[in-house]
Formats: sequence, structure tokens, C-alpha cells
Amino acid sequence: MATAPIIDPKGPIILAERNLMFSATAIMMIVILPAFLMTALFIWRYRGTNRKARYTPDLAYFWPVEVVVWGVPAAIILWLGIHLWHNTYELDPYNAINPSVKPLRVDVIAQDWKWLFIYPEQDIAVVNELVFPAGRPLSLKITSDTVMNSFMIQALGGQIFAMAGMQTRLHLLADEPGKFWGRNVQYSGAGFSDQQFRAIATTNEDFDAWVEKVRGAEEKLDTATYEKLLKPSQKVPVTYYSDYELNLFDTIIAKYAHNDADLTPSSETAEPAQ
Amino acid sequence: MEILGRFTIDSLPFYSVIAASGAGVTVLGGLLVVGVITWFGAWRYVWTEWLTSLDHKKIGIMYIMVALVMLLRGFVDAAMMRSQQAIAFNSDGYLPPSHFDQIFSSHGTIMIFFMAMPFMAGLINLIMPQQIGSRDVAFPFMNSISLWITTAGAGLVLISLVIGRFSTAGWTGYPPYSGVEFTPGVGVDYWIWAVLISGIGSTMSGINFVATIVKCRAPGMYMFRLPLFTWTVFVTAALMIFAFPALTVACTMLMLDRTLDMHFFTNGMGGNMMNYINIFWLWGHPEVYILVLPAFGVFSEVVAIFSQKRLFAYLSLVFATMAIAFLSFTVWLHHFFTMGSSAKVNSFFGTMTSIIAVPTGVKVFDWLMTMFRGRIIFKPPMLYMLGFLVLFVIGGLSGVLLALPPVDYVVHNTTFLVAHFHNVIIPGVVFGYLAGYMMWFPKAFGFKLNEKWGAWSFWCWTIGFILAFMPLYVLGFLGMPRRMEHYEIAAWQPHLIVAAVGAFIIFLGIVCMAIQLIVSLRDREELVDMTGDPWNGRSLEWATSSPAAPYNFAVIPDVKGLDAFWQMKAEGIAYKQPDHYEDITLPRNSSLGLMIGVLGGVFGFAMIWWIWWLAILSMGVIAVLIIIRACDDHTNFVMPASEVKAIEDAWFAKIAKAPRNEMEDDPGFAGFPAPEGTA
Amino acid sequence: MTASASTMSPPPTAEQYEEKEFGFWLYLMSDAAIFALLFATYMMMVGNTAGGLPGKELFSLERAAGETALLLLSSTAFGFAAVALSAGERSRTVIWLLVTFALGAGFICLEVGEFWGMIQEGAPPERSGFLSAFFTLVGTHGLHVSIGLLWIAVMIGQVLFKGLTAPVASRLMRLGLFWHFLDIIWVIIFSVVYLPGLL
Repeated sequence: MATAPIIDPKGPIILAERNLMFSATAIMMIVILPAFLMTALFIWRYRGTNRKARYTPDLAYFWPVEVVVWGVPAAIILWLGIHLWHNTYELDPYNAINPSVKPLRVDVIAQDWKWLFIYPEQDIAVVNELVFPAGRPLSLKITSDTVMNSFMIQALGGQIFAMAGMQTRLHLLADEPGKFWGRNVQYSGAGFSDQQFRAIATTNEDFDAWVEKVRGAEEKLDTATYEKLLKPSQKVPVTYYSDYELNLFDTIIAKYAHNDADLTPSSETAEPAQ
Repeated sequence: MEILGRFTIDSLPFYSVIAASGAGVTVLGGLLVVGVITWFGAWRYVWTEWLTSLDHKKIGIMYIMVALVMLLRGFVDAAMMRSQQAIAFNSDGYLPPSHFDQIFSSHGTIMIFFMAMPFMAGLINLIMPQQIGSRDVAFPFMNSISLWITTAGAGLVLISLVIGRFSTAGWTGYPPYSGVEFTPGVGVDYWIWAVLISGIGSTMSGINFVATIVKCRAPGMYMFRLPLFTWTVFVTAALMIFAFPALTVACTMLMLDRTLDMHFFTNGMGGNMMNYINIFWLWGHPEVYILVLPAFGVFSEVVAIFSQKRLFAYLSLVFATMAIAFLSFTVWLHHFFTMGSSAKVNSFFGTMTSIIAVPTGVKVFDWLMTMFRGRIIFKPPMLYMLGFLVLFVIGGLSGVLLALPPVDYVVHNTTFLVAHFHNVIIPGVVFGYLAGYMMWFPKAFGFKLNEKWGAWSFWCWTIGFILAFMPLYVLGFLGMPRRMEHYEIAAWQPHLIVAAVGAFIIFLGIVCMAIQLIVSLRDREELVDMTGDPWNGRSLEWATSSPAAPYNFAVIPDVKGLDAFWQMKAEGIAYKQPDHYEDITLPRNSSLGLMIGVLGGVFGFAMIWWIWWLAILSMGVIAVLIIIRACDDHTNFVMPASEVKAIEDAWFAKIAKAPRNEMEDDPGFAGFPAPEGTA
Repeated sequence: MTASASTMSPPPTAEQYEEKEFGFWLYLMSDAAIFALLFATYMMMVGNTAGGLPGKELFSLERAAGETALLLLSSTAFGFAAVALSAGERSRTVIWLLVTFALGAGFICLEVGEFWGMIQEGAPPERSGFLSAFFTLVGTHGLHVSIGLLWIAVMIGQVLFKGLTAPVASRLMRLGLFWHFLDIIWVIIFSVVYLPGLL
């Protein structure tokens, strides 16, 4: 399931991120290639045994050189800085991807060592499988009910941390149906290596069929089931819950409230402090 | 068994063969050292000439010995990780997560705090006072405390192999995972106390180096005549003074969370893990420059000496160093672009980070311009310099990529990041220190290191580095997170096998260094440095004998410009023995520094194991020792002029006997500075 | 190095005292960085009471004012000791050092009492992030003051037994820097911790 997203991007976010990486690499070649060439050339030309090469032992300053060595890297960084600024705003993971299309909302909870996905609009919950329609933006709210985690589906885009008592956001979009690989990339303890999930982009019809299948599941994610699920466990198989406790996501964030004002959070106010 | 705190018989490493053998090697190694010293009946010598010495050169050498021992230990960790990951495709390999996680934690902790930091402090101690024409550092006793409490920290990491376990929270110890709720036991406490204790030593070193450079320069050695290595030391030491408090604060708070149940960084109860991460990197990013700037300083010395040419654009290099130091405090957030900060914050820190590439690029080109129209001699230090130039540029490229927040989102926490920081730390920091080690070795022991084995070590390190870390860049693009104990992705395995081969070649590089040391020790008569100036050097450390006398300079030199010693040679005033000598005041030996270090280690151990009576006792004794020292008005002794004369006479007799300068034999040699040919 | 060589043991030179004072300033800058981070942490966590008591209900302005008065007065007393030192008056130096010590010790007593009272009220450091930050910030300052008290005691002994020799005078100068530094830190604590907590 793992492909290199820089060769084979599966969505517009990772494509833009990759293109930024390519163009930055290309522009930096303006200084990197001369550095390589000069090193090779000077080693050869000015080797001590080459008595034909000019030798100026007291040459210690030549102002045009200084203008170039300060000026050219500065110009590159200026170019890069402008692109950096623009792209960082453009690719802010909090940004909605295409405001004209209604995104699919999924609330993501990191646990030791598995991922719980809650579909508030479908009233279902799933462990270790994230299914969503291709072509429709995915709007994720992410938190943790354990240590700090980092959520990433590299084929679609970058990562964001999951932290207890806080919510972070991530927007992704898959161009085509496909199976991707998602996981926690922030070390979180003994079960870290297996803390992964399947991310499946489907057609709209397949998505609806999948939702129906989950709705038919016997288990419901009530408080007792949640407490049991929360206990550290590894290699947890995909599990479907046809229903979940109301406001589960907000309740989990509120567990770690800092003060009285936080005890009744609306999900919008629980952003991480800057 | 309250008296032993939370120690039980289960704390001993009999739960696993691998852990028990690690413990066995550590204990045997310690016994071997003790045995060898006893066998040669050398305890008195070791005690009076080394352990209690306040001579900055000996303290420097001991620092480097600590660093080399810890390099071995850290490398064993690396080899275990590489071999585990090479085989752990769809299998558990040979290391369980509980053990693997300790290994990557101790590898990072050791390499940063107990390999790189002592290596750096060692080179600085050995060379910097000689470069500025001083007889010692400003505070020789504090220097000894710094050494011994750094060693105590290293000792705690080694002891964790034998008694208890080490942290599994990585070298950065991120909470809430490193909190007591998720990692009870002594592991994280070992990490905290090792880092805290050695961090205090580093702060003291920083104070010492800045005070030395500001207050102890020879007459005429103005700031803008300092050799570039000393400049980088000055800037690094200033960074240490301001950055290490952040580490102290972060670790202390984490310790309070763990020991006294406080809530700085816990999940809930008002804790805020993000605060730890901010404070940690407020130290952690400057730390990168604390390590690399002195290496840049070494490279600046190496490139001038072995290109047989003046350093190009001295002022530019100094200002670039200052710019890097200043910027290093404005970029810490780039270590966590993925924490959900706003685009505004991320772009600011991303831009500041990219700006650091400018002064760094300037340095690279000024070094290249130093080689331009030079006569390059390919001695091992210069080989390391050239390897650095090529490889470091790649690390700079990946660094700028990571400075772009949208790119960082994709490769943060992957092996791309691991490849990047090893790409700057191995060619940058390690190559720099090894170049310094091979160039300045005669200054420590009076003979040069074998050059053939030095060259072999360079090639093994370079090729090994490329094989070990270039695949990690690729693996980052393939989405491999760092710190994976096993995996199910078949595409990763070939890269990990190549990386393991690379690690093995780096091991050969370390073996070459060991052989180099042994061979050179055997051939020390042939490799002897009679003049004290084996490379036709430029700055004042080459004006002293090799090894330098306890006072470095019998007569403090009068500095007339940049490249002070080169100028002295050009004007024909080098190696002129004065008519008479004066008494020299030097710091008297003291065993208190060693005792404070040992007790500091005992205090840390007691705090780790909750042996409160021992903690109070050791801290009390430390206080008493400091008070004793504070009441001592007679910490110096006078070396009479007659003794100075005897030492100097012996050296000048040696110089007169020296057949020829070692560099003359090299076909690339361009000549000594001639009295008439000066600029 | 060798025993024969170390027949004389001269006291440090004037330059060495200067180096020590410079080094001590560097230490104070480093220590100031520690306090800066503790202040930043406190300000960030002041609202994180986790359902426990906030500063408003815990701090007493009278007590904080009393602590401030004691510490400022002890700093003044040290100033008099420094005047006596430069006048070369040994017994007056000792007397003012004793006054400094007594006032500093009074400060510590008040602070310990304050901490004890808070713990009794159900507001120990482990109760909330806010209280952890409070106890750590104020406690770190208190620890510094306690070390300063120990230092004053040692210096009283040195003045009594050694007299106002050059090394003793140099140590007293540095002790003065330390003591006034702690005063400045306390003024910031008072303004950052107690005043906003009560107003």
C-alpha cells in the first residue's frame, strides 16, 4: 500500500506539497551545483603537487566575491521565502479544500495503539479504517485520548499532531478511488509500530454501501465499550460500531480541560493555544 | 527495603540475554580500566597528573576520552537499531519494543550530550587558551567541575544498562508520553538526571569559555584578531549560557511532574505538553549550532593550513557565525510545524529558518575561496574537511526543504528527518571534531597520528555515511516513520539493508581510528613532533611545544595581527629563546572537582531511585565541599623561573635537534613564511 | 605540578578578581534566563486551575507585601555592609551582614508559612498546572534566597576569621550582586504573580 507520494501523488494537497519541494530543490541547485563543481575543480586544480596552478598565499579578500556569496543565497532565500509564505497559507491543513463542495466530516481519536474514526453525519464509528468518497474533501478533527500522536496519510498529504484536550484539523482529498496507508508517525510507546490503519477512497455508491454495512453492525460504542476500547491494545482489527455515545468527541476533549471555562467546550474553542 | 528506594532485585537486567550482555560489557569495561591502572601501579600518576589536574589541556584530553568511549557505546546502539530494522520486515527481529525503544533513546541522548558535547568541550579546552595566548581558562576549578559532572551524567547513562532501564521516550523526552502516567519506572528519570547534571556542566563551560576569551587574551590579541576557531567558541559559549537554562527548566519541570506529581505537562489537570516542546527546542535548536559552530571553526583552521593560504574573508566568516547564532534563537518552532500553529506562525518560523541558509552558504563559499589558488595538501584533517564540504551541502538542502512548512508536513517524523539531522551532524559536527582530533593530536601527546589509517577512517566514515543515510531520505518519501521496531512494508527492506551495510562501514571507520591510535602509539618515536608546529600552522597554539608545557607560554606573546604565529615566523621572531624567565603562577591541583562530580552522580542516582537519604547526604557533602573551596585563598602555586627555564631549555634543545619540519617531506609543500615575503 | 615547585601559594591576582566578577555576571545572565522561562510558564499556566483554587483566593496581599519589605530591607542592609566593607570596618560589616541574614531569614519564614498555608487549604503543587507553576517559580526564588543565606553565613565566618582581605572582599562583592539580583527577581514575582492575582 505504500507508494512514494513524490512520484505518485494521490490528491491535490500532496501534489502541491510535492511541487513546492521540487521547485525549492531546483532553485537551490543554483548554489549547490557550483559548490560541488568548485570543490571538485579546486581539489584537482589546486592540489599541492600541481606546480603549474597559480598560488596566491595572501589572497584573503576580494569584494566582488563577497557580493556574490552573500547576494546570490540571499536572493534565493528571498524567492523561497515568498513561495514559502504563499504556500504555507495555501496549504494550511486547517483550510477547507473546495468550499463549494460539502466535505465529509470525520472526527479522529488517537488511542494506544489504534485510531478511532467517528462519522458524525452518518452516526457510525470505526476502528482502524477510514473510508471516504474520492473527489469529496475530507474534513478531519483530530484529538488524542492518550499521548501525543501524529496523523498522516502520506499518499494524500501531510500530517498533524493529535493531542489530548485539544483539537487539530486536517483537510485531505483523494482524486481517485484507491487504498492508502495511514498511521501514527509520532512515537507513542510499545505498540507504535503497528499503529496503522487503512484509508480507502471509494466511489460515492461504494461509500453509501459501506455506511449501510457499518450501520448494520451489532456493536454500539457506548461509554462502557469506549472505556474497554481505550485500554492499550495492539494490532486491533477493523471494528464497526453502528452508533456511538452522543458528543463523544467533545467529551473526550473535555476530559482534559484546563479550567472551568473549558469544561463546556464547543469544538471550535478548543483549538491549541498559539 | 525502603532504604534502597524503589530498587528491587527485578531492577537487574536478568530479564533478557541482550540486556544482560550489555550490562556485562559495561561492568567488564569498567573493571578492565581499573585493572589496567592497578596492574601498572599507575593510580598515583592517574590521580595527580589527570584526575585532580586543573590544567585545561589535560581536562580537554579527558573530555575527549569520555567522548570516544561514549561514541563506541552510542555506535553499538546505532548498529543494533540498523540490524533490527534490516531484518524486522514482517517479523519481530531480535529486539522487543521495550528494548528497541531504550536503544534509540540512549543513542540520541549519548551522541548529543555525551559524545558531541564532551568532544567539543575537549577540543575547546585543549586549543582555545593556546590560540589566544593564555596560560589557562579563566576558571580552572570550575572547568574541572564541568568535566566531572558531565562525566557523572555519562556514568548515569552507562549505569542504566546495569541497574534498571533507560528511557523509552526518545532523546527529546516528549511528554505526556515521558510523564509518569505513561512511563512509570526509572527509565525517563535516568534520562532526566543524566541530561540535567551534564547540562549544568555545559552552562558552566559556557561561562568559562566566554570569560576566558573576553578576559584572558594576550596583549594585542584584539577580538578581530582571534583565530576563527576561537571566534566560533566565543559564539558557541555565549549560546550555551543562554540556551542551556531552557534545557534545565524543561527537564526540571518534567522531573517535578514525575517525582512530585506536579502538572506542568500532563494530560489534564492544567498541564500543557506544548510548553515542554517549546522550551525544549528553545534549547534544542541553538544546541545544533552550539555543536556545529566549533566544527566550522575547526574547518576554517584546517582549510587555511592545508591549502597553505590565508583564510578567505575572515570578517565575513565572523559575521556569518554571529548571524547564525542570533538566528538560532528565532527558529525553534520549526521542530513542530505540525502541531497546528496558524499559517502566520509557521511561515514566520519557516522563513527565519531558511534565512540561516544564507550565512551558512557564505561560509561554504568562503572556504572554497580559501582553497582557490592554494596548494592543497591532502592530510586526514583536510580529507575530512573536503568530505564535509560535499556532504554538508546535501544536508543543507534537505534542511531548507524541512524549513518549508508544507514539505515538513509530509516528511516530519519520518526517516527523512533522521537522514537530515545525521547529514548535518555527521559530516558537520563529527567530521569537524575528527579533523580537529587528527590535526591537534600532537598538541596533546607530542606525536602525530598515522596518516594512512587516518585516510582510511575518512573513507570508511564517508562511504558508510552515504550508504547509511541516503536510503533514509528515500524511506522518508516512502512514508517510513522514525523509531519503527518492525514493519510490514516490503519496499522498505532493501533500503534498510543498505543502511545497515553503511552502518557496518562506519564501524570499520571507527576500527580504523582505533588502529590509527594503536599504530601511532607504537611508532610514536617516528611520528614525534619536535617543534610543536607539525603542519606549518598559523595561529598561536602552534607556537607552544607539543605537548605544551603546563604554562603554555613561558613568555606571553605580543600579537601583531591575524595569523599571529605565521607572522612571528615570517618576521623571524618565532623560536627565539628569551634571556631570562619569570616565575609563573598556575592553578594548584584539586580533588574537589572530581569529588563534586562523583557526588553529583550519586545525587542523580539517589533521585532516580527515590533513595532520599542518599540524595540529601550527597547534596549536603557537595555543599560542604564548595564551602571549603570558597574559603580557600591559596588555590595557586608558583612555578619558579628556574623550573620554567629548565623546561624551555629542553624544548629549545629539541627544536635545534629537529631534522626538518614534518611538512617539508610533503610533495605539495609550498614553503615556510619567509621573513621578506610577508604581506 | 611537582611538590618542590609549589613552595609558594600566592592569592589570586587583581585580574583574576575581575575575571571572577565578569564570570559571575555571566552566571547571573544565565540564571535570569531560567527565571524568564519560569515566568513565561507561570503566565501561560495561570488560568490552568483545573477546578482548583485560583490565585485570587490563595494569595494574601499583606503577606506578599511583608515578604517584599523584608527582602528589600535586607538588600538595603547589604548595601550598608558594602559601605562598611569599603570603609574597611570589619565589625560594622559583620553587623550589617547579620541584619541582612536576619531579614532574609524572615523572608524565608514568611514564604514557608505561605506555602504551608496553601497546602493546608488544599492547594498543593500537585493540585493543578497553575499551582505547579506557582510553587516552582516562587520556590526557585526561595531556594536561591536560602542559598544566599548560607553564603552570607559563610561570609560572616570569613570576615570574622580572615578579616576584610582582598579575596574576602571580592567574594562579598559577588554575594552583593547575587543578593540584589534576587531582589529584582522578587520585584518581578510580586508584579507578575501577586498583584495580578489580587487585583
